[in-house]
Order: sequence, then structure tokens, then C-alpha cells
Amino acid sequence: MAFQVKRGEGDVTVVDVDGQLIVGNRQELKQTVLDELEKGERKFLVDFTHTGYIDSSGLGVLVSLSKKIREQGGELRLSSLNEDLRTLFELTKLDTLFRIADSREEGLENF
Amino acid sequence: MDGSPDFIAEPMERELVFELPNDLLCIEEAVEFVLARCSTCEEVARKLRLNFRVSLVEALSNAMIYGNGRDPDKRVRLEVTMMTGRVTARVTDQGTGFDPQCIPDPTTPDNLCREGGRGLFLMRKLMDEVHYNDQGNSVTLVLHTAGPESFRGEARA
Repeated sequence: MAFQVKRGEGDVTVVDVDGQLIVGNRQELKQTVLDELEKGERKFLVDFTHTGYIDSSGLGVLVSLSKKIREQGGELRLSSLNEDLRTLFELTKLDTLFRIADSREEGLENF
Repeated sequence: MDGSPDFIAEPMERELVFELPNDLLCIEEAVEFVLARCSTCEEVARKLRLNFRVSLVEALSNAMIYGNGRDPDKRVRLEVTMMTGRVTARVTDQGTGFDPQCIPDPTTPDNLCREGGRGLFLMRKLMDEVHYNDQGNSVTLVLHTAGPESFRGEARA
């Protein structure tokens, strides 16, 4: 399974992305998070510790989810981007749109 | 085999030609196949892993989704040429083409929150050259793998 949903500290829902977030599986992540949002969850941390690659559609689905979560009064944070992934966020200026933590622990702090 | 990339020929030592089914699930296999044959030294490894890989995936995705309109009966042609100092990939779909000048900058405040529109932008940022044919259904990507210029995306970020 590419996406693992876990309960983090407190009421934060942590989603691990294993492998890749690309055009072929982005809908699975979107539905996974929207299902949790529907259940009443509002704080999300997507962790990329085990992610090798994100394409533009993967970036797009994160933007879309962030917007939907904000509309419900929640927040989507990201953590543990490797050097390549961080470069993609910086090139597209999406590093200005998300709160990006260096580690999962940092992402969970003061959430 | 149905649903798999159809490797047509390897006419020269460093040239690969594919006809891919219009199936997004084939992209990863095709890109990994190409990257595995890009013998390289350490200094250009990141350029291939990030710049070339990202751009090739975006070009193939655009060809299948927008160019061919997700039509499973259409194909995408991929031609990769590896030469000393540069790698070139040409991706051609069977659509009517589009005007690449019409794609807005996804990093402006008005566009930053849009879900789509970053594929061509990333190609232009990460590759040394991006050329479309007049019809707009074939894109050629060129990455310089030697020379004094450092990693392009990093230098511009």
C-alpha cells in the first residue's frame, strides 16, 4: 500500500507516502485524506520520509487537499522532504504555501 | 505484451526508441528503463535522477493526458538519444497539439493554489532546452550532462 494512515500525537492524522506520489496514485492519497476529513479529522501531516519522487500531479493534489482542509478549518503540513523533493517545492514556490518540517517530530510540534 | 511498453529498436548504441500505450501506469517502467541505460559518472547522477527524470515523466504524462486525451487506442512515441555531454528525449503524441505559450506561470499568486499547470513549468526549469514542434504535439527535451554549468534547478532555486 502506498499510503499509511496513522494517528500521531494528539489529534493529528499522519499519512506516510511510501515510494512515489505520482499521476498514477494521486487519487488514492486524495481519497484517503478526504475520507479522514469526512470523519471529522482536521489536522494532517503528510510525511515523505520514504518517498523517492513526486511529480507535478502529486504536487497538485497536495495543493488541492490543503485548500479543502483549510476550508474545513484545518491544516495540512508536510515533513521529511529529501533534497530532490525540496527542490521541486522551491522551484514551484509551493514551499511558501505549506508549512514544511524537517522531521515528523518537528511537524507534530505545536500542531 | 498488451499494456507494456513496446521496445521497438536500439538502432545505435546510445539511442532508444519506444512506442508506449496511452497508459499512465507505463510511465514509470519506461522511465526506469531509460535511466538504467544512462551510464554516468557521479557528477551528473543527480541531474539524471531529478532533472531528466522529472521532465521525462511530465512530458509523458502530458502526452497521454492532454495530447492523446487519455484515449487508450492512441500511442506515445519516446525517442531518447544519449551522447557525450547531453541527453535528448523527444516525446510525441497523436493529438492535435497545443500552444505552449498559452500555459500561465504557476508560481504567480493567482495561480499558486491551482491544482494543475506545473508540468511544463518544471520541464523548462529543469532542462537546458525545451522545444515544441510547430503542431505542438511533440516536445524535445535536452539536458547538458557536462560542462561548467552546475545543477540547473538548484542554481535557479
